[in-house]
Amino acid sequence: MQLPIYLDYQATTPVDPRVLDEMLPYFTEKFGNAASRSHSFGWSGEEAVEKARKQIAALIGASPKEIVITSGSTEGINLAMKGTAEMYGSKGKHIITSLVEHKAVLDTAKHLEKEGFEVTYLSPDKKGRISVDQVRDAIRDDTILVALIWGNNEIGTLNPIREIGALCHEKNVLFFTDGTQAAGKIPVDAIADNVDMLCLSGHKLYGPKGVGALYVRRRNPRVRLVAQMDGGGHERGMRSGTLNVPGIVGLGAACEIAMNELEKDAQHTSALRKRFEDKVTGALDHVHINGDVEHRLPNCTNISFNYVEGESLIMGVKDLAVSSGSACTSASLEPSHVLRACGVGDELAHSSIRFGFGRHTTEEEVDFAADQMITAVKRLRELSPLYEMVQEGIDISSIDWSGGH
Amino acid sequence: MVHAGAARAILAGMQRIYLDNAASTPLSPAVREAMEPFLGESFGNPSAAHRLGVEAAAAIDAARELVAKATGSRASEVVFTSGGTEANNLAVLGGSRARKELGRHLIVGPTEHASVRKAALALEDEGFEVEFARLDAEGALDLDHFAELLRPDTVLVAQMLVSNEFGSVYPVRQLARLTRARAPHALVHVDAVQGLGKRELSLGELGCDTLSVSAHKVHGPKGTGALIVRDGVQLAPILHGGPQERGLRAGTENPAGIAGFGRAAADAAAARPATIARFTRMRARFCELLDRLPGAKLLEPGTPRQEIMPGIITTFLPGVPASVRLHHLDQAGVLASAGAACNAKRKDVNPALLAAGLDAEDSRRVLRFSLASSTTDEELDAALRVIEVVHQQLQAVRS
Repeated sequence: MQLPIYLDYQATTPVDPRVLDEMLPYFTEKFGNAASRSHSFGWSGEEAVEKARKQIAALIGASPKEIVITSGSTEGINLAMKGTAEMYGSKGKHIITSLVEHKAVLDTAKHLEKEGFEVTYLSPDKKGRISVDQVRDAIRDDTILVALIWGNNEIGTLNPIREIGALCHEKNVLFFTDGTQAAGKIPVDAIADNVDMLCLSGHKLYGPKGVGALYVRRRNPRVRLVAQMDGGGHERGMRSGTLNVPGIVGLGAACEIAMNELEKDAQHTSALRKRFEDKVTGALDHVHINGDVEHRLPNCTNISFNYVEGESLIMGVKDLAVSSGSACTSASLEPSHVLRACGVGDELAHSSIRFGFGRHTTEEEVDFAADQMITAVKRLRELSPLYEMVQEGIDISSIDWSGGH
Repeated sequence: MVHAGAARAILAGMQRIYLDNAASTPLSPAVREAMEPFLGESFGNPSAAHRLGVEAAAAIDAARELVAKATGSRASEVVFTSGGTEANNLAVLGGSRARKELGRHLIVGPTEHASVRKAALALEDEGFEVEFARLDAEGALDLDHFAELLRPDTVLVAQMLVSNEFGSVYPVRQLARLTRARAPHALVHVDAVQGLGKRELSLGELGCDTLSVSAHKVHGPKGTGALIVRDGVQLAPILHGGPQERGLRAGTENPAGIAGFGRAAADAAAARPATIARFTRMRARFCELLDRLPGAKLLEPGTPRQEIMPGIITTFLPGVPASVRLHHLDQAGVLASAGAACNAKRKDVNPALLAAGLDAEDSRRVLRFSLASSTTDEELDAALRVIEVVHQQLQAVRS
């Protein structure tokens, strides 16, 4: 068993060796610029890109013409949201999103607010879910876009995308979903799920970093976007820049494998998750599983370990590669905005860890990880006066911490 | 019917000869080696706090040092992007938007890459006014005209260092000096995508504020580039969503691509004197061939007042249109292009061609052969023979 045990699959995944095999020839012998019309190296690059586009489209039930290649989900999110805002801004200035989105959506929404758009941030239920009724109540005559995450990157909660999409279509509002964690993990069918735009990222589904895709619906409705990067007019003018052929080939191969092995991967990871949760909750009291256990991505869990401090806990399990939340915000000591939005107190949010399970995770690794966690939590709690008080039956919430002054 | 056999026979036993290196270059073995760990075992997200994340972040720091050194800048000035197009967009869009309170006037060089030109034009919708510098009658950058364009409310000047179409080296230093004197609020952006590994790069020497470079033009991977942003220069980000790259470029970094770029940039900069010596020698060989082909011309707009980067050899070859000739060359194993790959679909005539005295009809007979530091003498010899034989065959068909 190789240490550290990697349980940070929501932050990034390793490149599947089968994906790498597909990519390698395009680094060396087939390196042409896919925009080069004048010679066969360029053509072979273009052919490879078109094949990948089909593979990407197939994973999400789209047509290849609806796939815009990007450098990743952050770019996909920026293009979808700003591109929609610019294109349809004359029709209305209202956008609906939620408090549990990835930072890329929240930051883009904030940017659009500065540009004169009005953004409604829906507050989720305690499990991190947004309901159709909430969206219905928020939609106004001037709403042009609803942007909601499909599978949450911190707690795994799944939003009722199909129902929200149907509502958006009924109300004539465009619907964008951040499918970064969902694509390749749960069945995604852009048409049946009533999605107008969806972004995905290579490195979250065993493909390379630096490449992703944005699905942009072409019929019923036909979505038009204002490009956010201009240049050679690649990607039907929606996204310029020399195509990263090896990266795109890798994304295509990763999508194909994810599609073929979706069920197998989901069964494998959810069985491992159950094993992990059972062990941890069986051995420790005062642990709480965050998110919605009924509507959840199959491959992650987010657990609060009450009465221990999160940073000390992560330091205490050095042989595990885990994060306390989104990798993009893990450098900050701010408690997770997602847990906060779910009503988890700062104290508990600080003691929460996300565990992700992957295609290559083994039972042995999961057992080792669970034992490490249990040992570390027990040790930290031995040092915790709070935990001691709880054990003695003192109601901590009744304590007057000010000392009576 | 042209018989490609004779031409093809020249390359018997040889790989195809790739002379479209201004469009893209093959990955070097050293670069591939630098990338491999990050496509395999060391796959962490550089933002993650655990060991795999720390490893990836360290690789990015190391590459940042290398790219800084190769571009004459500091590590703190390197912003990694998804490539040259994004770097140019970030400079033009981000630089202008950050200064819109100071003015809304932009000046764009006469032969800029589409990623500069179109980004600037997109700003017209945001109330910016875009004016273009021009080439003089000889095809050199018209500095007098440029000076006239400068205004107190000019907030951005964008001028490429080395032309991707002709190899022309533009007088960026003079342009920057003029800009400082007449447009104190203006940022000077230099697209140096074709300059990396071919010209000595330095923010200080060039006198610019931002400079864009791309990995895949110097045997690095596609999908990675950088914008060098002089310390203290403010840009508005074009991608929102994370603190990566000092908030100037959100999105999970690509450690494999970035590590590859670091290696590629360092190698290209180290090999630069040898590369230029090789290109100069090879260019001379090309000229000898062109002298033997009646009506053929080497296109060097603006010379001798303007230097030429010798690795881009742009030629006018009389006879069939470039598209037909390129097909025959390709059949015989030599890969070249009719101009910049990104313009491969564009039909209008380049201003530099007009300056070189070519009309629309002539412009369809312009071929670009671009060299790499890895192009061998043996390959060049064979390519020159192929070009000559194909030319003779095509002429024979016409007569």
